Amino acid sequence: MSRLPSGGRVDRARPLSFRFDGKTYRGFAGDTLASALLANQVRLVGRSFKYHRPRGILSAGPEEPNALVELRSGDRREPNTRATVAELYDGLDAASQNRWPSLALDALSLNGLVAPFLGAGFYYKTFMWPAKFWESVYEPAIRRAAGLGRAAPGKDPDHYDKAHAFCDVLVIGAGPAGLMAALAAGRAGARVILADEDFLAGGRLNSDVARIGDEPSHAFAARTVAELASLPNVRIMTRTSVFGIYDGEYGAVERVSDHLATPAPFQPRQRLWKIAAKRAILCAGATERPIVFGGNDRPGVMLAGSARSYANRYGVAVGKSVAFFANNDSAWTSAFDMKVAGVNVTTLIDIRREVAPALAARAKALGIDVRTDTQVTGTTGQPFGGALTGLSIRTGGRNGRLAADTLAMSGGWSPSVHLTCHHGGKPVWQEDIAAFVPGRTPPGLSVAGAARGTYGLGDTLAEGARRGTEAAGDLGFAAALPDLPATEDTPAGITAFWHVQGSKGPAFVDQQNDVTAKDLGIAYKEGFRAVELMKRYTTLGMATDQGRTSNVNGLAIMAELTGASIMETGTTIFRPPYTPVSLGVLGGHHRGKDFRPTRLTPTHAWAAEQGAVFIETGPWLRAQYFPKAGETDWLTTVNREAKAVRASVGLIDVSTFGKIDLQGRDVGAFLDRVYINTFSTLAVGKARYGVMLREDGIVMDDGTTARLAPEHYVMTTTTANAAKVFQHLEFCLQVLWPELDVTLASVSEQWAQIAIAGPRARDVLARVVDTGVDVSNEGLPFMGAIERTVMGGVKARLFRLSFSGELGYEIAVPARYGEALARALMTAGEEFGITPYGIEALGVMRIEKGHVSGNELSGQTSAGDLGFGKMASTKKDYIGRVMAARPGLKDPDRPAFVGFKPVDKGQRLRAGAHFLTIGAPADMAHDEGYMTSVAHSPHLGHWIGLGLLKNGPARIGERVRAYDPVRGNDFEVEVCSPAFIDPNGERLRG
Amino acid sequence: MRIPCPYCGARDASEFAYLGDATLTRPDPAAPDADEAFHAYVYLRDNPAGAHSEWWYHSGGCRRWVKVARDTTSHAIAGAELAGGAR
Repeated sequence: MSRLPSGGRVDRARPLSFRFDGKTYRGFAGDTLASALLANQVRLVGRSFKYHRPRGILSAGPEEPNALVELRSGDRREPNTRATVAELYDGLDAASQNRWPSLALDALSLNGLVAPFLGAGFYYKTFMWPAKFWESVYEPAIRRAAGLGRAAPGKDPDHYDKAHAFCDVLVIGAGPAGLMAALAAGRAGARVILADEDFLAGGRLNSDVARIGDEPSHAFAARTVAELASLPNVRIMTRTSVFGIYDGEYGAVERVSDHLATPAPFQPRQRLWKIAAKRAILCAGATERPIVFGGNDRPGVMLAGSARSYANRYGVAVGKSVAFFANNDSAWTSAFDMKVAGVNVTTLIDIRREVAPALAARAKALGIDVRTDTQVTGTTGQPFGGALTGLSIRTGGRNGRLAADTLAMSGGWSPSVHLTCHHGGKPVWQEDIAAFVPGRTPPGLSVAGAARGTYGLGDTLAEGARRGTEAAGDLGFAAALPDLPATEDTPAGITAFWHVQGSKGPAFVDQQNDVTAKDLGIAYKEGFRAVELMKRYTTLGMATDQGRTSNVNGLAIMAELTGASIMETGTTIFRPPYTPVSLGVLGGHHRGKDFRPTRLTPTHAWAAEQGAVFIETGPWLRAQYFPKAGETDWLTTVNREAKAVRASVGLIDVSTFGKIDLQGRDVGAFLDRVYINTFSTLAVGKARYGVMLREDGIVMDDGTTARLAPEHYVMTTTTANAAKVFQHLEFCLQVLWPELDVTLASVSEQWAQIAIAGPRARDVLARVVDTGVDVSNEGLPFMGAIERTVMGGVKARLFRLSFSGELGYEIAVPARYGEALARALMTAGEEFGITPYGIEALGVMRIEKGHVSGNELSGQTSAGDLGFGKMASTKKDYIGRVMAARPGLKDPDRPAFVGFKPVDKGQRLRAGAHFLTIGAPADMAHDEGYMTSVAHSPHLGHWIGLGLLKNGPARIGERVRAYDPVRGNDFEVEVCSPAFIDPNGERLRG
Repeated sequence: MRIPCPYCGARDASEFAYLGDATLTRPDPAAPDADEAFHAYVYLRDNPAGAHSEWWYHSGGCRRWVKVARDTTSHAIAGAELAGGAR
C-alpha cells in the first residue's frame, strides 16, 4: 500500500495536501480521495450502516458501497460522498461517517455482536408493539445507531444551474466504445455530445495496460480525445453523469466545481442538463461483482479490476501482499498487470479446476502461486480496524491458510444496463458471460461495448465505431467506419459462481446495507422470494449505491434457493436516477425568493420611496399600505388611507390587472359569446363591466372591457386570472370559433395603470392631461374610455371606472411612463393632499361598496349567487349558459351574496365564519353559508362583511348567527345590502 | 417530452399547458338535448391506454392550441396540428 515508484496518470509534479479525520496527507493531481488514501496506507475509511463493521475501499468507481465520507465542512459538508469518485484537490477535508468516538474504536460496533438477531425483517418483527412506541422510542434510537453521514447544518452557500443542450448523437461514456462512437459520428459531421462521469476521459483505457496499434491504451485515449476536442461539432463533457432517459430527453448532472474547494466566482457547483438528442449510444461499461464469502467485507478485500486500476491509473499498490480470488479470466489479467507494475501479487485463487494454459503459464513466468479448484472460506484481520491479515482457503476437501493483506476478488462483470431500462425494457440473462445484457432499449438508444456484454477490447472499439456510424447515418450524415487499430485481446472465460458454501462469518451480499447471504436465506424461508419482495424485506440494493455490486449476486443466490433460473428469477426495475443526484441541482436557482420570478409594478421604486410595505399577491409584489411616522399598526394606516380617498383623493397602482387587446371585425360578437352580458352594443368610447363563466356554469372571472374603436377593444381581467383568461380566450378563438375575425394580444406588461379615486380625482386628472383634453363629466362620463395624451404628449388611455365607489379614473400609459405618471399625479394632487394607498385600503373600499373579488369568485359561485343573475343576457348563447341553467345552480336556496354587520358594533367579524339560523344547532346540516370578506369600515366606524347566505337577498334585515369555532367566535350579525355606502352610485356619476 | 409544434418545431413539453381530449366538439346550445350534450361535453371523458388526441397550448411559445396525437402508454407523439388550421 503505497505509491509505486513510477507510472499512472497522476501528475507527480503537482502534489496536493488533504485531510482525512483531522490528519494531513499528501496526494497528487489526478488522484481520487480513495487512491490518495490507499497511497497513504489508509485502509479503514468507514463503519457500516447497520452493524458498524469496519470497512475499507471496495472499488475504484461509482459503484462504491463502503468508502462513503463527509466531504468538506460547515455548510458545504456533503454526506455519503464516494471517496472513489471524489477528485482530490488541495486542501480537501474529509471525515469518516457512522462512528463514535473514533473510526478505529467504534462503540456501536457492539451491534455486530448482536448481528444474529438483527437479520432480515428484524425491525418489522421486533418493534411492532406497542404501536405508538415506533415514533417516540424505536425509530429515533434506530436512526441514531444506524445511519450515514450528517447533512450540512445551514443553507448551502453555493448555487446550482440548469441548462438545455441539443445534439444529433449523445454518447454516454468515454471508454473505448464511447470514444470510437463519438469519433465515427463526429467525423461524419453530426453534432455530438460525449458525456463521461469521470474527470479523465478514456474509461478502462486508463486502467488497463493494453496496446492499441502501436501505442499504449491510455495514449490512444488521449490522442482520440484530442481529435474529438478539435472537431467544432463535438462537445466533450467530463464530470457529467447521464442519469436518466425521459421521453427523448436525457437528464445529466455536470459537477462543475466539485473538484474545487469553492466554486470560482459566478460558477455553479453543479449544473443540471436536459439534453435533447436524436440518437444516443450507451457506452457505460460494466461493473465488477464481488464474491460472497465469510468476512468478504474486511478492509483490504476489494474488486480485482479496481486494484488494477489503482496500480495502472493512479500508480498505487493496494497492498504489500496481494492475493486474487476469482471465477474468471479477467482477474488473471489484472493480477499480471499489477505484478508487472511492481505490486507484490502472491497468489491466484480460482474456483475453476482448469484455466487456459496460456494464463497458467504466464502466472508461472511471473512467479505467482496458482491455486485452482480453491475457494476462500474466511478472513482474519487486525484486532483494531479489522484490516485483512490472512485467508482461510479450501482446495477440494482440504483446508488451508494464506497470509495476505489484500484480497482482490472478481465474480465476473455486470454490464451497466441501467439506462436501457428507463423506458420499461427488461435486461436479459446471457448464460455464456453470466451477466444481464440490455433487452428492449428506449427509442433512439443503442448500446456498445461492455454495457452490452462485449468485453474484448478489439470488439469493443469496433462495436463503438459501428454504432456511431449507424447513428450518424440514420440522421443523414455520410458516415464512414473509422479505421480500427490492432489490439491484443485478453481471454474472458468465466464459470458462474456466486457464493462460497459453508464459509465462516457473515458473508455480505450488499455491503452498504449490511445484507448477508443468511438474510436472503431468511427471506426465502419466510416466503419473500420474488425479487421485488426480497429486495424490500432484506433492503438488498436499496442503499445509495442502488445495489451496483450486489443485485446480481443477491438474485443469483435467491435463484439457487428456489431452484429457478436467474432469468426466471428476474431482476428488479432500474429507475432513474442512475447515480445519486443532489436536490440542490434539481432545484437549481429556484429556491427561496428565487423560487419564481418576482414581478414588480411599474411604480415599485416610487412606492418604496413613499415607505410602502409590500406584500406578495401571486407573483407580484404590491404596496400593501403606506405607513406614516407615528402610525404603529396597519389598521391605523389603512383607515387613514381609505378616509383620505373618500374625503379628497388617493392613488394606487393597478397595473397588475390582466390587460388583453382585442382587434378585428368580430370582437363584439366574440365578447358576447364569452361574457354573460352583451358587448356588441357597447358604444365606442365606453367601457362595461362583464362576467365570464366556465363552460360548467361557474363564474371564472370579471372585469371591464372598453371599446376604443369600432374594431378595437381592451379587456381587463383580475390579477390572479390574467393568464388563465387569456388561455381560455385563445381556446375559444382557435378551437371553438376559428371563423371569427379576432386577434388577441396580452398587453398586461406593456401598460402601466394607475387609479385615482375620490371627490377631487377629476381636479387631479385635469392637471396631468394635455391641453385641450376634456375630462369634464360630459367629456368623460361614467364608464367612459378615451385615448388621449398626458404629461406633454405621452399617449394614454383614460377610463372612468371605480372600484372604491368614489369618483374614479384609471389612467393607462406605456409601462415606462408609469413611475413618471405616479410622480406627476402626486404633484398635481399636492394641493388636495393626495394620498397613496395600498391594496388593503383598496380592499376596504371595495367591501364598503359591495364589489365581489377573489374571495367571492371562488370557483364555486354562479353568476346568480353573486347577484349578477339579471346581467345575464337571454338573447344569446355564451360559454357556460347551458350548464348554468342546471337546477342545482338555479336553486333559490343556494347561498347568495349579501352584506353583514355585527349587531354589537364592537364585534370584529371574521372571514370564514359560518351562518346559522338563530336557535339552530351548529352542525353541517344547518349550515347556511359563510362569510367571504371582512373589513373595518372607517366610513361606518365598525366591522362589515360580505358573504354567501342561503336565500340571502330575501333575508335583508334578518339576524343570523355567525359561528366561527376555529377562532371561538359566536355572535349575531344583521343581513344587509352588500353596498354599505352610496347604494345608488351618486358619487360615481358626480 | 418534446412536442412538435407546427409553428415552432420540436419544443420542450414544459413550454405547453395541457388541456385534454381533443376529440370533443362543443354541442349545439340550441339543440333540444343541449342539457345532456353539454353534460357529456363538460364532464365525460375516456381514459384510453394508447392513442389519444389531446389539446396542448403553447403558452411559452407561439400561443397556438395544438392538437397532439400522443400514445398515453409510451408518450410517443405521432403528430401535431394547429387548431382551426393555419392562420
